Amino acid sequence: MIDTPLLKVSGVSKFYGSRIGCKDVNFELWPGEVLAIVGESGSGKTTLLNCISTRLLPTTGSVEYRMRDGNFRDLYHISEAERRFLMRTDWGFVHQNPADGLRMTVSAGANVGERLMAVGDRHYGKIRQTATDWLGRVEISADRIDDQPRAFSGGMRQRLQIARNLVTGPRLVFMDEPTGGLDVSVQARLLDLVRGLVNDLGLAAIVVTHDLAVARLLSHRMMVMKDGHVIEHGLTDRVLDDPREPYTQLLVSSILQV
Amino acid sequence: MYVAVKGGEAAISNAHRLLADRRRGDRSLPSITIDQVAEQLGLAVDRVMAEASLYDRSLAALAVRQSRGDLIEAIFLLRAYRTTLPRFGNSVPLDTAAMQVERRVSATYKDLPGGQLLGPTFDYTHRLLDPSLLTDEEVDEPARKPASGEEVMRVSDILAHEGLIEADGDLPQDHEAGDLTREPMEFPMGRDLRLQALARGDEGFLLALGYSTQRGYGRNHPFVGEVRIGEVEVEMEVPELGFAVSLGRIRVTECQMVNQFKGSSKAPPQFTRGYGLVFGQSERKAMSMSLVDRALRADELGEDITAPAQDEEFVISHSDNVQATGFVEHLKLPHYVDFQAELAMVRKMRADIEAARAADRGENEMKDAAE
Amino acid sequence: MTADLATYNFAYLDEQTKRMIRRAILKAIAIPGYQVPFASREMPMPYGWGTGGVQVTASIIGRQDVLKVIDQGADDTTNAVSIRAFFQKVADVAVTTHTKDATIIQTRHRIPEQKLTEDQVLVYQVPIPEPLRFLEPRETETRKMHALEEYGLMHVKLYEDIAQNGRISKTYAYPVKVDGRYVMDPSPTPKFDNPKMHMSDALQLFGAGREKRIYAVPPHTEVVSLDFEDYPFEIQTFEQDCALCGAHGVYLDEVVLDDRGGRMFVCSDTDHCEDRREHGHVGAMLAPNQEAAE
Repeated sequence: MIDTPLLKVSGVSKFYGSRIGCKDVNFELWPGEVLAIVGESGSGKTTLLNCISTRLLPTTGSVEYRMRDGNFRDLYHISEAERRFLMRTDWGFVHQNPADGLRMTVSAGANVGERLMAVGDRHYGKIRQTATDWLGRVEISADRIDDQPRAFSGGMRQRLQIARNLVTGPRLVFMDEPTGGLDVSVQARLLDLVRGLVNDLGLAAIVVTHDLAVARLLSHRMMVMKDGHVIEHGLTDRVLDDPREPYTQLLVSSILQV
Repeated sequence: MYVAVKGGEAAISNAHRLLADRRRGDRSLPSITIDQVAEQLGLAVDRVMAEASLYDRSLAALAVRQSRGDLIEAIFLLRAYRTTLPRFGNSVPLDTAAMQVERRVSATYKDLPGGQLLGPTFDYTHRLLDPSLLTDEEVDEPARKPASGEEVMRVSDILAHEGLIEADGDLPQDHEAGDLTREPMEFPMGRDLRLQALARGDEGFLLALGYSTQRGYGRNHPFVGEVRIGEVEVEMEVPELGFAVSLGRIRVTECQMVNQFKGSSKAPPQFTRGYGLVFGQSERKAMSMSLVDRALRADELGEDITAPAQDEEFVISHSDNVQATGFVEHLKLPHYVDFQAELAMVRKMRADIEAARAADRGENEMKDAAE
Repeated sequence: MTADLATYNFAYLDEQTKRMIRRAILKAIAIPGYQVPFASREMPMPYGWGTGGVQVTASIIGRQDVLKVIDQGADDTTNAVSIRAFFQKVADVAVTTHTKDATIIQTRHRIPEQKLTEDQVLVYQVPIPEPLRFLEPRETETRKMHALEEYGLMHVKLYEDIAQNGRISKTYAYPVKVDGRYVMDPSPTPKFDNPKMHMSDALQLFGAGREKRIYAVPPHTEVVSLDFEDYPFEIQTFEQDCALCGAHGVYLDEVVLDDRGGRMFVCSDTDHCEDRREHGHVGAMLAPNQEAAE
């Protein structure tokens, strides 16, 4: 059992002028652990996700990540080259809108193969084989490998985006409302798939969602955000079954009534 | 029997000879003089000076004549000459407040110190073809009022008194204005270089981009603070003397566009500016330039960049008409070596498909036969 | 005014400009394949017509040099003639059509068939120097990709090519990696010429005037065409020999003879072809009748 966290977030705040994006967020993420950040739109959860994943520079605070060599590095003090390398190898980022995370005008195979080629794979046949395997794991039929994502349904695109991210065996995946734009029936299938993959691969993940059902299904632990602050933080079952903050209670009850 | 094509040299020289003939046209008509071009096609000459970045009416007129009235070709000729000229130094910034204005209009104030002055404008002419120009009719002398000698206050200064408009940008003391034609261009660029690029940018391109901002592609709510046309003094510091000496006067068109700005976390709401300055008389160019200048400040002012006119790399990389015309027209140069390569590839790929189809047919026939 | 217009410095550019360009060239040689920005001048020929190559040539040419200019491999194409005439006018240098006699060869779209020597410089005219341009239009982004050696996208393009066409269908301006570091556009030469760049004895300089970039491949430098292990780089082959000189394994132009599908293939490198014929090589078209009839 590994006894050190993968990610340490300390005192992260982001201000837009005088407006708060997120304020003084602290937490640690452990290998294989799935953390859900929930809240209404405007609560600061996406700002926080972007700060942690280095897509947005926080106003204060630090984010440390345990590299594959076991050493912690502050992500805002590593070079851009290291950061970009990290992002395309050891990390994944699943966008709400698949078009933001895919190359819409190249084939599904090339979408999955891109990260492999970026790290130096130069055997077409092997790249294609790996892409085929991954399409299978996300339940996309192998005969669609040469089709462009433009020809895919919303759910297929999202699954393709996931395959594209996981092909390099990342240890940490960020997901921003991964089921956001999908029909309810498609959502259920995707969540099932994601849960299976996360378990099988022992991935750590940070999932931003406004949907408590997603948090319940995917996450071990959750943080509730309101107006840029983390107001409640705990094991997912505990937070959902026994919410302590009035706001969380409201959130939970409003969902469960539906 | 095949003989390889030869005689490029003769072909070129014959082409040039024919070009000279067409340039001269009907020999029974008098040829136009450079002075005539400079005097009677003055706005063409102005455009050539502006986009060639060289203020010389006679050379620009020569270029217009030499290019048979093709203004981009004329700009090209003048630029290719300009590039060989030595640089002695930079002038001090033009003081357009001290301009001897011939035209000055403001859309933001009904009346203002110095007044509205229409000047030699096409505005309010009815665009009816004028038969009197078919003959050499006498033209009346213009009505003139004596120059008052007073400075005509700039509209931006009026707004600045109340702090309602951003001040002139401040540059560090040791800042030396860049020279687009002498240094490699890099993005993102400073506003000084950007304005330089716009000042020599293609009038039609900037017009279209400025227009696009008005139609909602990067809207910035412009008002013409003022447009002024007239002569200004060009001065240069002479280190040996310790003061600036006048090099002469040039005619320029200046446009100060006043734009809304909601304010941001850093700055309270105030009017912002787009700026246009071009050689000679060209209101269209100066106004377009100021619209595009303002649009290109989106990043600086924290606005979303959503439209082509706000995209610095896109605008500046494509605004130069000499570059654009050269590259577009280079497509007529021979490309047959590359085309040959493509031809062979397409043939090969078609042959593969044919072969695959034939194989399929063969298989099917075999099946049919077996059944 | 006319007196000013009539006098130009040796090789057109003023000495200060030449120094600036030479500095860019030296930097380019020091970092093989890296695109050095330079303050490209307005030249008296249109952008896209060789202004970059002309500026490089003008900056390195001396009175002792012998210049050859080719376009599509030929010395007598109009643009080659025009550029050669330009240097004769402004630099009064000796010119030649013989590859072996030239010290500087300015080219558009071809590399001569004859192996170049260490006493020669090959100057390429480059329209779009950025090999990543059509994958990523933004200069700010492509410069970052080069700096961080992020070339995955380049292989995505090649992958896609194989997936769609069964082969890498790029035929010219085929990207190469120089000295194991920078991905470079060899200018729109057919990929047939790519192997000639590898470990060449001659210095190769690339000038892009409109895009304001100079880059270089120093002598004896590794130039590798990008490919996959299982889809290795291949050059074009021609079934025919040159109809005039019988040359095999050279790049050929297709000449349309009539409107009934008649075609012949001749050397694209005109000097190479003439040289061979002078040495008694004869192609099918020029062969005596009885031989042709056999």
